[in-house]
Parts: sequence; structure tokens; C-alpha cells
Amino acid sequence: MAAVSATTRRGFLAWARQSIAVQNFVRRGITYIILTFAAVLFLTPLFWMISTSFKTPEKIFLFPPQLVPDPFTLRGYERVLSSPSFPFFLYLRNSLFYAVLSVIGIVLSCSLVGYSFACLRWPGRDAIFIVTLATMMIPFPVVMVPLYIVFKFLGVLNTYWPLIGPNFLGTAFFIFLMRQFFKTIPLDLTEAARVDGASYGAIYARIMMPLARPVVATTALFTFLYCWNDFLGPLIFLSDDKKYPLALGLALLRGQHRSEWDMMMAGSTIVSLPIIVLFFFTQKTFIQGITLTGIKG
Amino acid sequence: MAVSVAVPRPRLWATKARREEVSAGLLFASPWLINLVALTAYPVLAAVFYSFTEYTILRPPRFVGLENYITMFSKDHLYWKTVYNTLYYSFFSVPLGLALALFLAILLNQDIRGLAFYRTTFYLPSIVPTVCASMLWLWILNPKYGLINYLLTQVGLRPIPWLSSPTWSKPAFILMSLWGIGPSTVIFLAALQEIPQHLYEAARIDGAGAWASFRNITVPMLSPIVLFNLINGIIGSLQIFTQVYIISEGGPLDSTRFYVLYLYQNAFNYFKMGYASALALVLFVAILLLTLVILRTSASWVYYGGE
Repeated sequence: MAAVSATTRRGFLAWARQSIAVQNFVRRGITYIILTFAAVLFLTPLFWMISTSFKTPEKIFLFPPQLVPDPFTLRGYERVLSSPSFPFFLYLRNSLFYAVLSVIGIVLSCSLVGYSFACLRWPGRDAIFIVTLATMMIPFPVVMVPLYIVFKFLGVLNTYWPLIGPNFLGTAFFIFLMRQFFKTIPLDLTEAARVDGASYGAIYARIMMPLARPVVATTALFTFLYCWNDFLGPLIFLSDDKKYPLALGLALLRGQHRSEWDMMMAGSTIVSLPIIVLFFFTQKTFIQGITLTGIKG
Repeated sequence: MAVSVAVPRPRLWATKARREEVSAGLLFASPWLINLVALTAYPVLAAVFYSFTEYTILRPPRFVGLENYITMFSKDHLYWKTVYNTLYYSFFSVPLGLALALFLAILLNQDIRGLAFYRTTFYLPSIVPTVCASMLWLWILNPKYGLINYLLTQVGLRPIPWLSSPTWSKPAFILMSLWGIGPSTVIFLAALQEIPQHLYEAARIDGAGAWASFRNITVPMLSPIVLFNLINGIIGSLQIFTQVYIISEGGPLDSTRFYVLYLYQNAFNYFKMGYASALALVLFVAILLLTLVILRTSASWVYYGGE
């Protein structure tokens, strides 16, 4: 009796295992099919941008559309880069100027302020920290009109001051991020340095900042990305088209070359390319940063 | 988040060491304190003030009482149109985006090969600069030569006039927003990976099927992240600007005149700084109220777990 039930049990288990294996196989198959289909959908627009950018104007308006450009031409790129209304290298310089200085400003200010919120005790600190969190709820469009007026009266409209300057005064989100990070550093470490006579500035520079490298990387990356993409800020504060960053310059180009899609797509590819390259080189920081911060790219 | 207070508080100015700590603390925090006063508190208060004035920048602001608000709520038909357009866009793009992101994240969480490839693929579109993405979608949505209409005709459907039709222009923007769900997908995936496996094992031992596990483990464990993504998504979608500015400029027939675009136009095209400030404040209050309502109601569906 015992022997029989043991065999049936073994048989049942084998059957169960097999059917689970079949089920898993089917489930995985469906998962891969859906994921691949979704991946194709997500990549197609990008593929289309690049493909169009290498087409001759006649081939752009073919119907049914040509997937792979034939003949393959760089004319779109030549036209975009030589267009007098799109001084690419000037705009590139402006974009880099805006992004790099902002990164420096944000990293410096937010780490200092975050360190102060996390490790130094001063009256009113916790109340101000809560206020800081609350300010994250204020959307830029709400304050853009008064800011415009302020910067107008300061006489700095049509310069990069309104765009870069505030970044040296910190921004709530990255202050929060830095503070949360510095909170995790054991006090003993800094206490010991204090006992040895290190100033708070030295602790910040020699102990905290080297430890904060991952948070600094995330902060720098997302700030760079934000500035490279920023459209509304430059649109409001800059009026001279020589001062435009790439994003704004590209939009301007569109106004003059409507439906010259080879040019538009070449321009879009050039402006996206640095970001895409940056993404591939820093993917780990990116993905970590996203999950760490929940930032929308 | 815990805001910790140092436990035994030594009297503030008691020692030299404390004095040093306080002055270093204030010094290091000073950039942000300046920012809070000059670039945050002041602009908000100034917006409140300007909202009660008529202000063209060229002449000093003239006090008009509640006129801007009265105009907004009872005279300006275009205003209600922009409210409707914006809510329409939010109402569809946010839930659809969340559902799709969650769905993809669940698939990615199936212990599959090539996870990194798929994750990169879904994430990539969201880092394309909005200006470039807008140009691209303008081209893809082209009624005559666009890729989407080509695909539609291939499967036997009629081409859609997308951006030239007031009916289809908003769905076009919703479709475009779905292309950018990568970040939410990555956040959902990270949250899914955080769910302790032993919960699922326990459920399996208790005889729960896949659906029951999903319903009773995955959904509650994920609900705080859904809430986070929902609030972020709504706040973001109510501020849609760059895409509209580039793609449709509000047309056709004001069908894509969204709130922030209208705000921008009032401020910087018509130089109605007072009216624009009133618009801005109403947007701010609306976002605050909406967030508050969602947080309040979230108590019934968000599970703050006992891990």
C-alpha cells in the first residue's frame, strides 16, 4: 500500500512538473513575443527619424515609405549644418555652456545645503527642510511670470543669468536627495574628524563629497539632461537667436523649413545624439538614478 | 520620511563647538535660504499681487481687484476650453501610461533573458529631447506621408487626419505621451524586484494561483509606487507645453490650446502679466487640491506594508 502510493505520487509529481514546464514555456514565449513587439514599437519612431535624415528629398515623400534610405545621402546633414539660420556650433556651445555651468552650480550648492540639512544642527533646520520639500510642489509655470519681471528689473534678460544663476542657489529636489544620502553616513566618521580638529568645510570636502560620488553622478547627469532639453526657460529669458541653445535653435529652424523633413530629421538626430551617447555610457547611473529618484527623464 | 530631531538638545549657544556648528550650518545652507526667499517665496507672493492687477510691463501695475479672476471664470470662453483640453489630456494619458508601464514592467519581471536590452529600449525614447521628439512626431503623424497612417492603411483602416482635426489632435498628443513611459516602467520594475519572493512562495503553498498572487501581493505591494507615479504623472501632464508649442501651437480650432500654453501666450505674446499670474495661481491651487484629494483617497487603496 505504502509502495503503491509512493509510485503514484512520484508519477503525479513528474506529470505536474512537466505540465508546469509546458505552462512556463508557453508563458515565456508569449512574454517574449509581447516584449519584442513593444520594443519594435518603441524603436520605430527613432529608426524613422534616422532613416529619414539620410534620405533625398524625393524619396521622403514616397508612398509606401522607404524603410532603408536608397540612395543614402548626407545632404540633410550638410544642409542643416550649413544653414545660416541654424549656426550649429554656436548653439552647441551655448547648450554646453548652459548645461555644464548648471551642473557645477547644482552639484556644489545642493551638496553643501544637503550636508547642512543632514549633519549640522542649527535652529529652524527641520522646519525649513519641510518647507523645502513643500516647494517641490510649485510648478515652474506658476513662478515664471514674476521671475521674468525680477530678471527684467535686474537687467539680465537675454543673458544666461536667469537660467544658470539660480542653479548656484540649489534646487529642492537634489537638496533632498543629497540630504537623504548624507543621513546614511555614520556620525562616528565625522565626529572623529571633528575631534581631530577638522573644520566642517574640511569634513564636507574630504569625507562627505568623496563618499557621495554616486549621488553626485546622478545629480550631474539629470541636471545636464534637464538643461540640454530645457525649452521653456530659454524661450522666455532669451530673445537674441545668437544666444539660443540647440533645443530652441532647432525649433526656430522648423519655422523656416517646414516640411523639409530631411533637414528637420537630421537636425533632430544631431541634437539627440549627444544625449543618447551619454545615456549608453552612463546607463547604470541612469537606471539607478531613475529608481532612486523617480525623476521623469 | 523621518525628519529626525537631535535627541538631547544642548543649549544652542552654550559652547564654542555649538556656535561653530550653527554658523557652519547656516553658512552652508545660505544659498538655499536665499533661493527660498528671493526665487521661491517672493515670486509666489508677487504672482498673488500681480493677479489682482493689470500689468503690461511697460506701465506700472494697476490694481483691478478680482477682475482677472472674474474674466477667467465667467467671460473667457477660451479659458474653459484650455481647462477642458488639459483635463482631457491628463485623464487619458496618465492612466493609459501607468497601465502600459505597469504591464511592461510585469513582463520584464518574468526572469527573462535580454532584460537590459528591453529596458534600454523602453527607456530610450524618454531621453530624446522634447523638441526633437516633437519634430519626429510631427513627421510620423503627417496625414499624407506619415508612418502611422501608412501602417493604418496597411491593416485596412482609414488614415486619420491627426493634427488637422480637432477630434484627433488630442489623441495624437496622448499617443505621443505613451512613447515616453520608460521612466515609469523602470520605476515599476525596480519596485517589483523589491517585493520579497517569500510572499509569493507562501501564497503558492497556500494554494493561490497566479491571479490571486497578483491581486493580493503584487497590487498592494506596488500601490505606493502607483500613487507616486500617478501624482507625478498628473502634475507633469497638466503642464504639457513644449510639444504643443512646437507641434500644433494650440490649433486646430483651439483643440490643443492647453493650460500652460495659454498662460505663456497671455504673458509673453499678449503681455497680460496680471491675467497670466491669475492663470498661474489657479493652476497652482488646482494642482495642490488635486494632489491632496488623491492623497486623501489613497488611504483606501495604498498599502504601506509591514516589511
